[in-house]
Amino acid sequence: MTLSTFKSVLFSVLFLAISTTGFALENKESGEDEKFDPKEMILHHVKDAHGFHLWGEGHDAVSIPLPVILWTDNGLTTFMSSAFHHDDSGKEIVSANGGKFVKVHEKIYQLNDDATAVTFDEEHHPTNAVKPLNFSITRNVLMLFVSALLLIVLFVSAARSYAKSKDGVPTGLAGFLEPLVVFVRDEIARPMIGEHKYKKYMPYLLTIFFFIWINNIFGLIPILNGANLSGNIAFTATLAIFTFIITTLSGNANYWKHIFWMPGVPVPMKIFLMPIEIIGMFVKPISLMIRLFANITAGHVIILALMSLIFVFKTVAIAPVSVGFSLFITVIEIIVTAIQAYIFTILSALYFGMATEEAHH
Amino acid sequence: MDLITPGIGLVFWTAVTFLILLFILRKFAWKPILGAVSDREEGIKDALASAEKARLEMQNLQADNERILKEARVERETMLKEAREIKAKMIADAKEEAQAQASKMIEQAQTAIESEKKSAMAELKNHVAGLSVEIAEKVVRDELSNKDKQLKLVETMLGEATLN
Repeated sequence: MTLSTFKSVLFSVLFLAISTTGFALENKESGEDEKFDPKEMILHHVKDAHGFHLWGEGHDAVSIPLPVILWTDNGLTTFMSSAFHHDDSGKEIVSANGGKFVKVHEKIYQLNDDATAVTFDEEHHPTNAVKPLNFSITRNVLMLFVSALLLIVLFVSAARSYAKSKDGVPTGLAGFLEPLVVFVRDEIARPMIGEHKYKKYMPYLLTIFFFIWINNIFGLIPILNGANLSGNIAFTATLAIFTFIITTLSGNANYWKHIFWMPGVPVPMKIFLMPIEIIGMFVKPISLMIRLFANITAGHVIILALMSLIFVFKTVAIAPVSVGFSLFITVIEIIVTAIQAYIFTILSALYFGMATEEAHH
Repeated sequence: MDLITPGIGLVFWTAVTFLILLFILRKFAWKPILGAVSDREEGIKDALASAEKARLEMQNLQADNERILKEARVERETMLKEAREIKAKMIADAKEEAQAQASKMIEQAQTAIESEKKSAMAELKNHVAGLSVEIAEKVVRDELSNKDKQLKLVETMLGEATLN
């Protein structure tokens, strides 16, 4: 029962992935005769954007507008991303709350007061504009909300079903989700943190595991147009910082002793190890951040690069190769979604375990 | 370079969303789910323990039964043995008694026969004595004339009588 549900979920995700990747690309590139730049296309897909671009180019493009929220010198400034009329080169100037704003490469700049048009240096960076603090609901932020809502709906309804079944036997959705929860508890938290202390960290570990996993899966669904949230360094950095904060706050005397005055080694070694251990404290969350970001982004880049082959060679004949390899990579990526969520969670648990370990020398 | 520069907006929204998500899920999802799971696990553990206890009890009971059965069997054996012994003894006793009784009866019979014989012999002797006297009377009457003949006859008759 559970296995078959899992299989059907897997296959529907897979089907969506295959059926829409090509579709999105094909529509995107149609009509224009300019030279196809795979690097730009890939980066465009991997990076964040203001608005959900569906199809079309330039003024013909169809996209779902999203709110732009900026913190400028004049205070909070909000307008919809549709105000830029799909312009991404800084030509369209939007006036709002006494400021003039342009969008260049999905970044929003505020023009200096005396400027009427944006000017660029050799590296194509605007010279007469500043970047205001941008709290816009970009497509990644939207996917963030959607994934959080989905998790709440899934797990709260699963939790409710326990109250309904009198004997505490999981039914329906809970029957599918419970093994995953038990997996995090028995395979991640218990062995890494230890029987006596793992309970305190369970909510955090479960939340990051499912939050990362669901966003990894969302990143693979191309109809969401590459909402690559878990492949965005801001997302991975934030979660890594949370792990770092929890590790540091739960560090006991033994943990700090291991960092500043390593027991069991000669004094010169203690002095030598201290800076290394202090660096290690920060390297751990940084490695978490880079690992998740790089793995997910790399997967997307490979799939998009394989698809780009069709447009680089300008022939449909290469399509079977591209589709075949993309399918192969996508299947691997489906496994990677779970593996990366697992690795992030198990390493977080390992760090908590190290921070709370009692001395046993 | 954009790719590896965290955007402040996304960091902000991620932090806010994650904290809210963590709070909501902790309260409304993880607590009930983990609670239900651990309750069930406790239940299973208890059930297993009680099953094990029941099994041990059953084993004890079985052992008891076996012991009782064994004892009963031994008791039956002894009883049978005793009964056999009693039977044999009874038969032997009866035989002995019968033997004694028989030999006693034979003895009595012999004694009776002996006494009967003796009395019969005595009677016979008396009778013979009577007869002898009668005969002697007759002889004496006949033979008194002839003294020699008389004496010879008496002598002969007496000799014959002692032979009996």
